[in-house]
Formats: sequence, structure tokens, C-alpha cells
Amino acid sequence: MSESKSRDLREDPNQMTGAAMIVRALADHGVKHVFGYPGGAVLPIYDEIFQQSEVEHILVRHEQGAGHAAEGYARSTGKPGVVLVTSGPGATNMVTPLTDALMDSIPLVCITGQVPTHLIGNDAFQECDTVGITRPSTKHNWLVRNVNDLAKVLHEAFYVATSGRPGPVVVDVPKDVQFATGTYHPPRKSDVHVSYQPRVKGDAVQIRKAVSLLASAKRPVIYSGGGVINSGTDASKLLRELVDVTGFPITSTLMGLGAYPASGPNWLGMLGMHGTYEANMAMHDCDVMLCVGARFDDRITGRTDAFSPGSKKIHIDIDPSSINKNIRVDVPIIGDAGNVLGDILQVFKAEAKKPDIKTWWQQIATWKARNSLAYKKNNDVILPQFAIQRLFEAVRGRDAYITTEVGQHQMWAAQFFGFEQPHHWMTSGGLGTMGYGLPAAIGVQVAHRDSLVIDIAGDASVQMTMQEMSTAVQYELPIKIFILNNQYMGMVRQWQQLLHGNRLSHSYTEAMPDFVKLAQAYGGVGLQVTKPADLDGAIKEMISVKKPVLFDCRVAALENCFPMIPSGKAHNEMLLPAEANDEATAAAFAGGKALV
Amino acid sequence: MNQPASAYFLEERHDPNETHTLSVLVANEPGVLARVIGLFSGRGYNIESLTVSETESQKHVSRITIVTTGTPMVIQQIKHQLDRMIPVFHVVDMTLTGRSIERELAMVKVRGGGDNRVEALRLADAFRARVIDATTESFVFEITGNSQKISQFIDLMRPLGLVEVSRTGVAAIGRGPEGM
Ligand SMILES: Cc1ncc(C[n+]2csc(CCOP(=O)(O)OP(=O)(O)O)c2C)c(N)n1
Ligand SMILES: [Mg+2]
Repeated sequence: MSESKSRDLREDPNQMTGAAMIVRALADHGVKHVFGYPGGAVLPIYDEIFQQSEVEHILVRHEQGAGHAAEGYARSTGKPGVVLVTSGPGATNMVTPLTDALMDSIPLVCITGQVPTHLIGNDAFQECDTVGITRPSTKHNWLVRNVNDLAKVLHEAFYVATSGRPGPVVVDVPKDVQFATGTYHPPRKSDVHVSYQPRVKGDAVQIRKAVSLLASAKRPVIYSGGGVINSGTDASKLLRELVDVTGFPITSTLMGLGAYPASGPNWLGMLGMHGTYEANMAMHDCDVMLCVGARFDDRITGRTDAFSPGSKKIHIDIDPSSINKNIRVDVPIIGDAGNVLGDILQVFKAEAKKPDIKTWWQQIATWKARNSLAYKKNNDVILPQFAIQRLFEAVRGRDAYITTEVGQHQMWAAQFFGFEQPHHWMTSGGLGTMGYGLPAAIGVQVAHRDSLVIDIAGDASVQMTMQEMSTAVQYELPIKIFILNNQYMGMVRQWQQLLHGNRLSHSYTEAMPDFVKLAQAYGGVGLQVTKPADLDGAIKEMISVKKPVLFDCRVAALENCFPMIPSGKAHNEMLLPAEANDEATAAAFAGGKALV
Repeated sequence: MNQPASAYFLEERHDPNETHTLSVLVANEPGVLARVIGLFSGRGYNIESLTVSETESQKHVSRITIVTTGTPMVIQQIKHQLDRMIPVFHVVDMTLTGRSIERELAMVKVRGGGDNRVEALRLADAFRARVIDATTESFVFEITGNSQKISQFIDLMRPLGLVEVSRTGVAAIGRGPEGM
């Protein structure tokens, strides 16, 4: 750097390199942690990171791990997760977590390095079309060609990621732009596209219509989703208050667990494909449905032409494109879940009174009595449901955060772990990404150093991002990886049994690593338990260890996840565990392929 | 229901398709057209016609006109999906307003002699198509109008020696004094 240039830099504090702007912008947005992995195209940014202490960088072992860690961080704090990766393979490795965050509406800001501007389009070393590749995986993305645009784009990126329906964004910064000097400015209103104005407040007329429907309901149900969690803790408080004030039963999607406490009197359990019988029956038979922050996804609705045929539907969502996408609703309300819930409550309290729905609750009680989550006790082998129940009992009352991988264990966790608080449950819902849970747990633990963070894992999923154990060890993050080891890709096997004539094509993992030795190899602690009688003691030990733990919980290999709505069936055609013998299962799935 | 076993709920919907013309005002920035087209290809929507050009250069605003087909629910989805893109200012369903004018321009090359040549000229006159290039054995006609009129003209030219056609796609604007 020439002498005159360095003097200029000293004179105007807003004159700085693009790389410095990036770190400065992170600090200005209150970012304390960045998850990342270095490489040629981001070295100037890493050089800046090295020379400051406001933003702590967490080095992962694979960029996908950085992305999921940032997701876990974001979900457990309500703040955006930030990722820094290099061009080419660094960026392509981020595609899975970006898509995951898009599907589950998680705010992520991902900064990618890019080859120098003059080489873009030349098939340069480690070049890829990052904005092209990530366009459908992000809420928005930018390629910054001029250092003087960088500050504005970074501030806009944070705003877009965190406002409206949250989501991931990518800012792609060529290396020459990182080196170039330009003018930085702190965040300001005019940094945001005028064309982007998410609507927060619900329409007053629609809110009145909703309240009068609720007030006259005989068989109401509240169906809440991840939007309530995303809206912030106030939204969960308001939801709880609305349930109290109306006395209505409430169910939730996988993403919405914890907004209403599982111990609450009006809780029906989760709904959908592996939801409880009472939740799905209430959805099917209700006369008024209040859907808040959920999107009528295909795992929820079952057969759409038989979905809740007799109900008037109210749908609160911040994203207009979620409304009338799968299910036609009667009263759409576009706005932020918390904001609209607050307005509904206010009008309800002023103008309506608790409707008498005693007979509806009696009906629900008969459905509940079917005990749809029942499973047969076993003293010889650990049943996965039992393992989760024991885990839940062991951590009850503690500030525990749960992440999961994807598969049967994920559904069992949702069914058998009772969530009392929002932001304590992180799972890959929309994309269903195996390998999410371990790095997500790292992100959660970075944000909550003293809390108990447990990944309820499957033996197959956990091997997809196992290398992040090394990250956990490096940063002394005592995450607990509670593996329900059934030696199978259980969920795949279950579908093969139900739908593909029990031909278990490639769903058995024949060469399973020794998870105890693996934990030790990484510098963590490995525990294994095979007998139900030893389970509680081992869980206790796991919790007391102050290091990352791989807990190899050997469970019944062939247990399946029930209850279940078979494909092409409606909510009232659930297959219950007690009825899921071979013939009933065959009949439930009949229609297409013959079942063995 | 007779369907193959699947992890997805397979069902057919039988709502009839409709054709709609959408006007989309967007910030004229790199990649904006790719975003719009990517939305259509990624979500399996149809594009029958697409035109785009900057219309307010000071404000860097472009206007995209898209003709698309789908069930009413799909058309509504398309509008919402477009509207939630960050650089999109405004989406108007010109078909729903019922007050829009749609025009397309085409250049049509016809080659031939004798009676065919005379007939082509006569038809061009009836359609108010202009001759914008001529040789002793060919014409290029310029024709404007709605898409049906242009298609009709092209069909008539086919037996008279149609060589090639270049169409601009549909541009649309609302009637009356108000803007979109
Ligand atoms: C990245 C990825 N690949 C494939 C799948 C398909 N899939 C869903 S569940 C599953 C098996 C998961 O097995 P495991 O982690 O052992 O969990 P289990 O069902 O046995 O509890 C697979 C392969 C997926 N969800 N994600
Ligand atoms: Mg398994």
C-alpha cells in the first residue's frame, strides 16, 4: 500500500477495504459469532477477522456444517446466523443448508468469496456461478461488483434475511472487491429496496371476521406452526393467552412445537402424518380452524380433497403466497403472527366470550383415549420411544435444547419429548436434511454455553456430518449426540415394508462404526447402552460429562413409527399402533402395489 | 383411489386452465429476469409469452409482461410468488382488471410469385400489415395487433410461401387515465 493511501485510510474512518467493511458490518449488526471455513477467495476477510475481537469465528470441518450450525444458532436465539465460505466448492457445499433454511424460514446471512471480477465467467480456479446456483435456494442474493455498493448490500442483506418471512440470503463478494478501498456507512433505512415491504399488521376487517367465527365455533381447533416461533417469544405468549381466553384445543406442526407448552391442558400433540389421533381427528371434524404461521404442507394435510371438509378456515401468514396454495381458506389474514394474534385477542376480549365447547372436549377425550402413541413395553431391548421418554424425564426442568437428524428418531422425538418453550427445538422440517442435527447442536451450544444441548440422532443421519465432532471438541462445546441406533435407515425401511413389499433395498447399514471409539478418536466421550435397565444411569452420565458425547443407544432394530396417515388417505383414516398388524397395514396401503 | 404407493399424496386436480396476462414492475438490476424465469421453470409454471424492457430509465424500472396459463389457484400462486421477490414492485393481473389492451408486433417473411404474391399483398392490406422489405420474390410484413390476429395472419400466409416469423411477445397496458 502506498504511503498516501494509508494516510487517507487513517484520516477517514469510513474509508476501508471491502474485507474490512464486511467485518465492520457484522459488528454493526450485533453479530457475535460467524461459522465458516477459509479459502483463497475469502483470505482478505479472514485476515480482517484475525485482527479484531468483536466477532468470533467458529471453524467447522465442512461448509454444510457451518450452514446448519448457523441455523441452530438462529433458531435458538431469534437472531440471524452468519456464515462465511470461499468460492466454488465452499459455496456449493452451502447449497443444502441454504435450501434447508429457505424451507424452514430461518434467517441466515451467508457471505461467499468469488474469483476476481475480471475472471468471472472465465472458468477460473474455484469459480462457480454462486448467485445462479443459490438463486432458488435463497430469499435473495447479490453479487457485489463495486466496493462502494458493499455496505448497502450487506445492510440490506441483514434486513431481508430477518424481516417478513425470514430466510437465507447470500452476498457474493469477488476478491478484488474485498481488496479495494471504498466508503462504508452504518446501517440506514435507505439501504433497503423500496420494492420490498413485508406486511406486518393484519387487516382490521379480516380480524373482525376471524373473531366472529371463533366466537361462534362449536368444534374449534387452533393449528399453529413455525411462523409463531419465528415471530418471536411474544407471539408464543399471545398464542398461549388466546388458548386460555378461548378455551380452544391446540395442535401444532413439527416446526411449531414449544409455542404452546406440551404440559398445557389444551394441548393435543403434534398433527400430520405421524401426529396424534386426537390432533388429526380434531382437524378433520372441526367447524372452525385457526391456522397461524403454518402452511398446510403435504405432511400435514393428508389427502387435500378430504382435508377438514366441514370447517371454516382462518389463515394467518406473513407470506401471501402461503395462502390458498394447497387449501382454500375462508378468512386469510396477511401479517406477522404475533401482531395479528395480539389484534385478535384484543377484539375477542372486548367483544366475544368463551364459547361453550364442552361436548367438543368430550369428543376429543374419546379420541385421546385411543392412546395413539402407545407402544408395547419391553424389558430386554430398549424401545426408541422409551429411550426418548427416559431422556425427557432426565432433563425435565433443565434449560435443554433439542436438535434432531431426520428419520424415525425425529418423529419419536417430536412425539415423546415434551417441549415447554419456543426456540428450544431445532429440526429440519421442510427439507428433511439428514446431518442437520449435529452441526445445529454446535450452533445452539455456541449461543448457549451453559445449557444442555442434545441432538436426538439416527445412526445413519449422524454419519453425514460426523466430522463436526472435531469442531465441538475444538471449541469445548459439550453437545450430546443421543443416537437411537437401530442399525437401519429406519424411516426408509418402514416405507419399504409398507409400500415396497418388504424389499429392504440398501436401507441396512452393514458396516456400522464403533461410535464409542469414534467419540474417543475425536477427543470426546463415547457411551454405549444396550439394556433398558442401564439406560437411566447412562443418560445421567451423559448429562454430567462436560465434553461432547456420542451416546450409542442400541434400540430395537425393527420398531416402526406410528400412528401414521397412509398416503392418499385423510386425517380420519389413520393407522394406529394397536391396529398396525400386517393385514390392517396392507389394507391401509392397498390400492396400488400389492403388499406382502 | 387407485394410485401407486408413494410417500407423497398423489392426486389429480381437474380445475380448468385459464390464460392470464400479468404486468410486473421490477427494479432493473442484474439477474432480475433470471429470477422471474427461474420462478416459472422451478415451480413448473407455463410461460406463453414474455416481454421485458426498461420503461423508466431514471428510476431503473423495467416492465415485464407475462402471458401464462394455469388453474385459478396456480395463477394466484404465480402472482404471489412474483410479488414476494425482493426486486418486484408490483404485479397486476391485466386479465382480471378486464380493462387492458394487449398488443404484439410480428415481422413475417413470405416468398413466392404470381398469384400467391398478389394474394399475400391483398391479405396484408386487409390486416393492416405494412411492407417493410421487398424483393422481386419476397416481402417482409410488419403487423401489430392482439396475438390471435397475428396468429391468424401467419396461418393465412403459410400456403402463400411463409418463410419465417419473428414475434415480440405481448405488451399490455390498462385503459383509462390511471397507471398500474
Ligand atoms: C440427506 C438426505 N438423504 C436421504 C434422505 C432420505 N431419508 C430420510 S430418513 C432416512 C433414514 C434415516 O436413518 P437414521 O438416521 O438411522 O434414522 P432412523 O429412521 O433409523 O431413526 C433417509 C435415508 C434424507 N432425508 N436426507
Ligand atoms: Mg437408524
